[in-house]
Amino acid sequence: MRVDRSVLAPALSLALAVGIFGVSFGVLAASAGLSLPQASAMSLLVFTGSAQYAAVAAAAAGAAMPAVVLTGLLLNTRCVAFGVALAPVIGTRWSRRLLGAQFIIDESTALALAEEDPARARAAFWVTGLAVFGCWNAATVAGALAQSALGDPRRFGLDAVFPAAFVALLVPMVRRRAHLAAALAGAAVALCAVPFAPAGVPITLGALGALAGVAAERRA
Amino acid sequence: MTWAAILALAAGTYALKAAGPALLGGRRLPDPVTALLAPLPAALLAALVAVATFDGGERLVADARVVGIAVAGIAVWRRLPFLTVVVLAAAAAAAARVAGMA
Repeated sequence: MRVDRSVLAPALSLALAVGIFGVSFGVLAASAGLSLPQASAMSLLVFTGSAQYAAVAAAAAGAAMPAVVLTGLLLNTRCVAFGVALAPVIGTRWSRRLLGAQFIIDESTALALAEEDPARARAAFWVTGLAVFGCWNAATVAGALAQSALGDPRRFGLDAVFPAAFVALLVPMVRRRAHLAAALAGAAVALCAVPFAPAGVPITLGALGALAGVAAERRA
Repeated sequence: MTWAAILALAAGTYALKAAGPALLGGRRLPDPVTALLAPLPAALLAALVAVATFDGGERLVADARVVGIAVAGIAVWRRLPFLTVVVLAAAAAAAARVAGMA
């Protein structure tokens, strides 16, 4: 697998940003009473930042364990849509399908789907998945150990990092009319769902925007 | 947080992630499905951007993130490198917070 710099640079910069969120997850987990092995097990085995955050926050707020698990899983329903879109990138070898599944996260999906060339898409998927996995887990341990007053990551504008990164990936994609229609519809559906649907579900519903893309393609 | 909850969340999440690759593999889907999948990345990415920008829990909010994303949009339009786009967005959001935005 050839990995050139234009694939590495976005993957590594996203992984670093994720690392900073990982530190704050470690801090949150430790302050919610999770042991270091528990916090690490979550980051190794669950490995979806938003679901981990939501589950720990729900547990800290006193939710019953089935509700905690359900919160995390609802947030991760989007992974099904990601998995369907990534299946051709991951390929047919069973070892790759089973291992690759664990690395299906927002960042690897975004960077892989932004590549048109299949070989570059595959490289982007694995490099991003592995880089984020490494940073996220190291950062979780660091955060859980430190659990000092690191302050609010929002103070450094870090909550703008992910949407900004995704904008950078989205813009080249929507040069096609049909994809622009899909993007606008997906964003609109997701935003309309935010007040009503549980966290995470709006992104899954955004997949419906693809229908607008199909309609636009037909009309063209 | 109990170990049982952590393991259940891990197992459930893995099942959600593995569904696509395990069931589809590299198989070619029927044409109407392929036509639906082509615009799917754009729709999902846009949904991610929109929710990550405006999500305020149970309602939509416009806070300093919006400034960051607007700056990111301009930076992408000016074809600045990826890392520059991200750094500018974070700096803009941080500056907006210093200026008093939520």
